[in-house]
Amino acid sequence: MKPAPFDYVAATEMSEALDALHQGGTEARVIAGGQSLVPMLNMRLARPAMLVDITRIPELSRIEAKGDQVTIGAAVRQSALERWPDLADRLPLVRAALPWVGHAQLRNRGTVCGSVAHADPSAELPLCLIALGGNVTLRSRRKTRTVAARDFFQGMMSTDLAPGEMIVSVAFPARKDGTGFAFREVARRHGDFAIVACAATARPDGTATLAVGGVADTPATLDLPADMADLDDRLNEFAWHLQARDDLHATARYRRDLVRRLGHTTLKEALSCRD
Amino acid sequence: MPRLTKDDVQPVGFKLNGRPVVVRVTPRTLLTDALRHEIGATGTHVGCEHGVCGACTVQVDGEPARACLMLAHQADGCDIRTVEGLAQGDALTPLQEAFRAHFALQCGFCTAGILMTLDALFSRQPDADEDAIREALSGHLCRCTGYAPIVQAALTARNRIKGGPIDA
Ligand SMILES: Cc1cc2nc3c(=O)[nH]c(=O)nc-3n(C[C@H](O)[C@H](O)[C@H](O)COP(=O)(O)OP(=O)(O)OC[C@H]3O[C@@H](n4cnc5c(N)ncnc54)[C@H](O)[C@@H]3O)c2cc1C
Ligand code: FES
Ligand code: FES
Repeated sequence: MKPAPFDYVAATEMSEALDALHQGGTEARVIAGGQSLVPMLNMRLARPAMLVDITRIPELSRIEAKGDQVTIGAAVRQSALERWPDLADRLPLVRAALPWVGHAQLRNRGTVCGSVAHADPSAELPLCLIALGGNVTLRSRRKTRTVAARDFFQGMMSTDLAPGEMIVSVAFPARKDGTGFAFREVARRHGDFAIVACAATARPDGTATLAVGGVADTPATLDLPADMADLDDRLNEFAWHLQARDDLHATARYRRDLVRRLGHTTLKEALSCRD
Repeated sequence: MPRLTKDDVQPVGFKLNGRPVVVRVTPRTLLTDALRHEIGATGTHVGCEHGVCGACTVQVDGEPARACLMLAHQADGCDIRTVEGLAQGDALTPLQEAFRAHFALQCGFCTAGILMTLDALFSRQPDADEDAIREALSGHLCRCTGYAPIVQAALTARNRIKGGPIDA
């Protein structure tokens, strides 16, 4: 299994990357950590004519906590975020989710933004980005634009990214006082893609949001009021609404059941750990 | 800016087990193939070529990573360590010794990758506990041993490295 031939641009400046992506148009692709793209190249599921490596552009390897959000550049590896000293304080949900993203050997290369760009329906980082209401900043030679995560993910492995554009960063809202977070996942083995993953955020007034990955084509959210008397009914309705399908890993019925139970536990955990 | 067209055979330089090397390869050449076919360093094995099995794991700047998911050109300027860099002549490292003592390998297909993962783990975390060891090993498949001897070997090696009692 070898990739089909492609041109390779190792950009060291943003303008080089953007020029190359502009020229390459639909035939060009960004390569970041390569942990999703190279398997697709090896299996020839992808045959781009040009790859633009963005990992050597210095300004993309920054993690910045400014105001009420944490901005993560496109060259930041998942392991670098895992080791960021402020992670537990600023992004407790992401901290809980990161160990579930593949294995350490993959996180050492894979980037945070690459996972968002790849938009696998089971992926943990897109799920967190949606649960927290984060956003994605895209840039082309012509313009820079910022899109809410909820609008960025459009379908299974399909996003709002246009030809000639790249993600320069994603931004997660930082933790505020009195909020709580929880992450839970069921997978065949630790490190495998999620059958169902749940991320919950709870606010000081007792309202909460549950985000679920692995079931629908994109992560889906359910907003809950402080009065959770009918929580189980709401979760049941949500589980059906996601239109789970049978596949190799699990039946639709099992997935619905996980949404109900894991969703419940994750929400309760988020509510109870508010501080 | 380095810009290579698809059939260009261009040099890429990196450190391999402490020594500078240069290989001449096309952009699509994987690091695994550069190591094995161009340099002849066949200690790094190739199993699945899509990141799942861990046989090809090497250290890139001190951290374990899949060589089958890296383009050789992405290794430009990196510090790459492979299983060939562990033993000094005939002197095995404590980790390799422990693998031998505990029968932690049978066919040996998975071994090079596992050694590179554990070697990196113990350099970063010399007191890694069994959970950390199992977590690190979860990135590797072994079809022969059932993993228990590998965990035992890792625990023994850790104790040796820490200077404590040898038997785990
Ligand atoms: C065995 C295995 C297990 C895995 N398990 C999990 C798991 O459990 N959970 C999980 O979430 N992921 C998992 N992954 C995927 C891994 O997390 C990848 O690192 C991630 O999906 C992609 O990040 P990357 O930096 O490697 O991107 P790449 O592989 O380089 O790119 C992936 C895609 O995104 C595009 N892209 C990347 N960066 C940008 C950018 N800045 N702008 C525009 N487009 C961009 C590329 O063009 C490509 O289409 C697994 C991978 C493997 C091989
Ligand atoms: S050959 Fe690289 S992980 Fe299997
Ligand atoms: S010893 Fe044979 S695969 Fe591990």
